[in-house]
Amino acid sequence: MDFNISTLLPVMPEIFLLTATCVILVIDLFLSQQSRMFTYGLALGTLLATIAVVAFVGNGESQVLLHGAYIRDPMGDLLKVALLTVAFFSFVYSRRYLEQRDIFKGEFYVLAMLALLGMMVMISAGGFLSLYLGLELLALSLYALVAFDRKSEKGSEAAMKYFVLGAIASGMLLYGISMIYGGTGMLDFAGVAKAVASGQTDKMVLLFGLVFVVIGIAFKFGAVPFHMWAPDVYDGAPVAVVAFLGSVPKIAAFAMAIRILVEGLGGLGLGWQGWEGMLIILAVLSLAVGNIVAIAQTNIKRMLAYSTIAHVGFIFLGILAGEGAGHTAAMFYTITYALTAVGGFGLLTILSRKGVEAENLHDLKGLNEKDPWLAGMMLLFMFSMAGVPPLVGFFAKLFILDALVKAGMTWLAIVAVAFSVIGAFYYLRVVKVIYFDKPISQVPVTSAVDARLAISVNGLAMLYYGLFPASLLSLCSLAIGG
Amino acid sequence: MISLSEYLIVAALLFVISVAGIFINRKNLLVLLMCIELMLLAVNINFVAFSHFLGDVTGQVFVFFVLTVAAAEAAIGLAILIVLFRRRRTINVDDLNSLKG
Repeated sequence: MDFNISTLLPVMPEIFLLTATCVILVIDLFLSQQSRMFTYGLALGTLLATIAVVAFVGNGESQVLLHGAYIRDPMGDLLKVALLTVAFFSFVYSRRYLEQRDIFKGEFYVLAMLALLGMMVMISAGGFLSLYLGLELLALSLYALVAFDRKSEKGSEAAMKYFVLGAIASGMLLYGISMIYGGTGMLDFAGVAKAVASGQTDKMVLLFGLVFVVIGIAFKFGAVPFHMWAPDVYDGAPVAVVAFLGSVPKIAAFAMAIRILVEGLGGLGLGWQGWEGMLIILAVLSLAVGNIVAIAQTNIKRMLAYSTIAHVGFIFLGILAGEGAGHTAAMFYTITYALTAVGGFGLLTILSRKGVEAENLHDLKGLNEKDPWLAGMMLLFMFSMAGVPPLVGFFAKLFILDALVKAGMTWLAIVAVAFSVIGAFYYLRVVKVIYFDKPISQVPVTSAVDARLAISVNGLAMLYYGLFPASLLSLCSLAIGG
Repeated sequence: MISLSEYLIVAALLFVISVAGIFINRKNLLVLLMCIELMLLAVNINFVAFSHFLGDVTGQVFVFFVLTVAAAEAAIGLAILIVLFRRRRTINVDDLNSLKG
């Protein structure tokens, strides 16, 4: 194959982001702490420019390049745009929070952008090697981000726990990959899919590898019983980091699940004998444990961590519901959930002040009296997570349930609805605390203009996509079908 | 001639030792980091063995990437360990208990 620079055109988003990140890292070295805003502006500009590049190279077809290591397809393009948009919101929310804690450093944005690069590589991975490298770039950046506030005792402990469990997860995933490589002799998804379909491979070896791969995916998603890291990391990390870590990587994890399980190992679904059975168990356990344990939490960050676990159950159900409607619904759910989660955590960063973390339920007491607009936004996020119409969370759940029933898995739909009802309790409790309790401190809520604007756009997006879900759903459907 | 299954058994044993080490060890975080390295090395043996017996080089290429990533991972892990030690003055696994719920 002769090398031609134009063959690299579809990889432009990643190349651009990497170059810009390196440039920002160097520029940041020469800036004084007073002019750190410049780095922040550059980082936001880079995200917007990367979105533009993704849109520029994107088209309806899918291209495979770099010897099958990289795929550019409509699904990847849409997920990348969603990824960068959600990251943009989290960057805006983080600024004042970091300033108040004297950790407003360029490294925060550089690490987050490297994590984004890793996620974009994961989304576009055409084989296990590129997927693994993207995953590690994401994970290593996130470990460093969790420990970003070096003065915090909780932060370093959370980072250590995250590191150890994340490393075990990558080890498991790698072991699984090595088994699949041994069984098929291939490392790219198309080759693996072909080898599995040919039926000449040893199924025992493949299933053995599959178990480890699914464990690795479940760890990255934070699905029960591999969820132990999520509450501790959400609790210990700075809220600005959690806004990033709790939302954006879900989109990449979704892409990873689709690429590995559907595109690579689609032939090993096999009902209860293959990964479908494993996903059913993970999904049901996640829904049950996530929703029930969240009720017992008084720390809102831990509560949202368990809520994430429950939402992951829903995403798995969408993947289970199969090609077409099921995957479209799962993609819709993932994107809208990431947008909701970044808003919820973003609001917590706004409510935190110097030396005060808004992390317990009672910190939200009487928010409506202090700042009705922010209270309204939190109401939108909580109702959307609970699935109250006409917000987007309702439609996301509806599409998944619809796809499940059509795929003949009615019992799973019933389980999901039952646990959603239980889950509504703790979301409504937050709303109750905001609207009906008296504030415990009279310190007024102050917020920066940029964060306030972003949270308004973010909150109203919940309403907009709830009223007009078809606008996003048709995009998802095109992306999955194409 | 050593057969493929013997390599796989060694790799599986190393893998099990490392996982057991992570879960049994309650004393020292450094040992935990060593177990993580061992885990990746076990995978590498798998890859190299498969690569040799399949007559396909991609597995060995993968090993180089895994080795590189393992080095980066160890660096980050040790950095976090140092931050933790500065705060806590201990690297005992059992002392990591301030986050619960």
